[in-house]
Amino acid sequence: MHKNRNGHAPARAERLEKARTGIAGFDEVTNGGVPKGRPTIVCGGPGCGKTMFAVEFLVRGATQYNEPGVLMTFEETSEEMTKNVASLGFDLKGLAARKKLVLEYVRIEPAEIHETGEYDLEGLFIRLQHAVDKIGAKRVVLDTVEAIFSGFGNTGVLRAEIRRLFRWLKDRGLTTVVTAEKGDGNLTRFGLEEYVSDCVIFLDHRVTDQLSTRRMRVVKYRGASHIADEIPFLIDERGFSVLPSSSMTLDHAVSNERVSSGVKDLDDMLEGKGFYRGSSVLVSGTAGSGKSTLAAHFAQQTCRGGERCLYVAFEESAAQAMRNMRSVGLDLQRQARRGLLRFEAWRPTQSGLEMHLLQIHKLVEQHNPAAVIIDPLTSLMVGNINQTHSMLMRLIDFLKTRGITGFFTALTSGRNKEIEETDVGISSLIDTWIFARDVESNGERNRCIHVLKSRGMANSNQVREFLMSKDGIRLLPVYVGGGAVLTGSARLSQEARERAEGVLRQQTKEEQRRSLEGKRNALEAQIEAMRSEFAQEEARISVAAKQDDQRERDLSQDMLEMGSLRGGARQGKPGGRNGRVSDEHGS
Amino acid sequence: MTTKKAKANANGKANGRLMELRLYVAGQTPKSLAALANLKKICSEHLEGQYKLYVIDLMKTPQLAQNDQILAIPTLVRKLPQPIRKIIGDLSDQNKVLVGLNLLETEGVE
Repeated sequence: MHKNRNGHAPARAERLEKARTGIAGFDEVTNGGVPKGRPTIVCGGPGCGKTMFAVEFLVRGATQYNEPGVLMTFEETSEEMTKNVASLGFDLKGLAARKKLVLEYVRIEPAEIHETGEYDLEGLFIRLQHAVDKIGAKRVVLDTVEAIFSGFGNTGVLRAEIRRLFRWLKDRGLTTVVTAEKGDGNLTRFGLEEYVSDCVIFLDHRVTDQLSTRRMRVVKYRGASHIADEIPFLIDERGFSVLPSSSMTLDHAVSNERVSSGVKDLDDMLEGKGFYRGSSVLVSGTAGSGKSTLAAHFAQQTCRGGERCLYVAFEESAAQAMRNMRSVGLDLQRQARRGLLRFEAWRPTQSGLEMHLLQIHKLVEQHNPAAVIIDPLTSLMVGNINQTHSMLMRLIDFLKTRGITGFFTALTSGRNKEIEETDVGISSLIDTWIFARDVESNGERNRCIHVLKSRGMANSNQVREFLMSKDGIRLLPVYVGGGAVLTGSARLSQEARERAEGVLRQQTKEEQRRSLEGKRNALEAQIEAMRSEFAQEEARISVAAKQDDQRERDLSQDMLEMGSLRGGARQGKPGGRNGRVSDEHGS
Repeated sequence: MTTKKAKANANGKANGRLMELRLYVAGQTPKSLAALANLKKICSEHLEGQYKLYVIDLMKTPQLAQNDQILAIPTLVRKLPQPIRKIIGDLSDQNKVLVGLNLLETEGVE
């Protein structure tokens, strides 16, 4: 086989050409689909979905890539096959009528066949060739070719013919999907993978905890890098879809654009602008802490801006949620009618985690929203924590690469410190984490909210009280008193108490001021009194001193006068002086 | 040989109708040619005048392969009498062909 392929290789381009299957997610996982012009084996146990894969490969090829196909079935008749895939919305009869598809049923009835001597399976080749020629087919499905082993005895011939068949398909450049049953210890029961060296895909269907999950693995993909992990896939009324893997790199484009949370007060806590577009927001909190209401506000806000929003609810039906949100003044019904809001609700127990995520993927593909709300995300956190983590990472990555703002709520149980820790598993994936909780005191429960983190912005570190009314959500300014954040009536009473205390303090201060003033006045009066007393004293003393001087002078005058009176010789002179002295006496 | 022939008469022409045989071949391959030669020999020996034979070359008329669900080449189909029987290969084992055409009881062989 190798030699043979090499014989054709030089004419082909260096790179392996791929044919898009059109199967959601598969082409991403395989970087472009299955090898073009070559056979691919799709194997797995019964009911694993290999036929669905093969049929969808053909139908998409015929309808989306203008590559007509031949569906050669060995186990189901064309009628059965048509009926089986009609539930996926595939109209094989219609495609056949439009010459996009040829249904060729190969019946093998061992009971009516007798072998006598040498033979080959040229009849199969002729029929295939005829079918391909009829519509110019580019794609072929053989489902399940190994059925020929049950009809013919000479396995040596059969193996040689299968080998020839694969080469024949490759020589004609037919992109082929060959389905095969899983074998014990082997990928396929008859070891077909031996003949197809290019691409082997293994499908698995398992049930864990009563939940079925389907997984796909690219076992082999020659000449192309591929993801070797098991990848979940889903088969539903729209066909086969593979959950695209998370991108290995963290290189999604970021937006500087901000989107409002729909609650002005909350925006205020986030630099007054809200979240970054395309970021992931988590609101975690205990039951009844207002998470869904916040989510609904965000949904309303998104739709009001004319953008689409996908709301996935796991706890409430659409009707119930819309009724409830009307009580806080949100008319989500209207947004739904406008076609902007897509509200999807289903039970979390309905299927495994992968199925939920796939469902969300598909809804995103269909609705193309600017924001996705998942309420609550914790419903997806079932089973193995590692699995959960990687799944959620895929989801968040997926939203981010598309620039979709993800708004998730998380229910935390208990009201202890561990609340914040339980979510650590996903906190690293979250850009803005808002924490809502209720505070119980004084016989009432009140809601509080704070921003635990918000990457790339100076978010408020305050705890705010969260009020819900018929007009929506309001966040009251924080009230810190007595060393604790107070809410509800406790906050009100504390406010009143502090107001009263303030008045009292004011009064005391006034009084003190007045008494001080009084003291100062008194003191000043005293000083004044002493000063005047001193002045009087001073005046008195100086008068006394003058009187003493006068007295002395008078005395000496008297003695002079007496002397002159006794002498008489100096009469004239003392007479003049006499008059003056008497003047002085008068003064 | 005579007993075999008697058997053939009993089964092959029980109700007086001809056995209808179709030999599917693909071109003039050695296997196809061998099959045709072997078949003609068997018919002349065992079914003289009691059969109709059509040789269908799928290289020329591939659309005829589906009706009789032909995979192996060469394939001899006994269309009549019912039920349909298919004998694949170059028909080199005459006994097996006779058994396949229900012209010979299996117990009678060997």
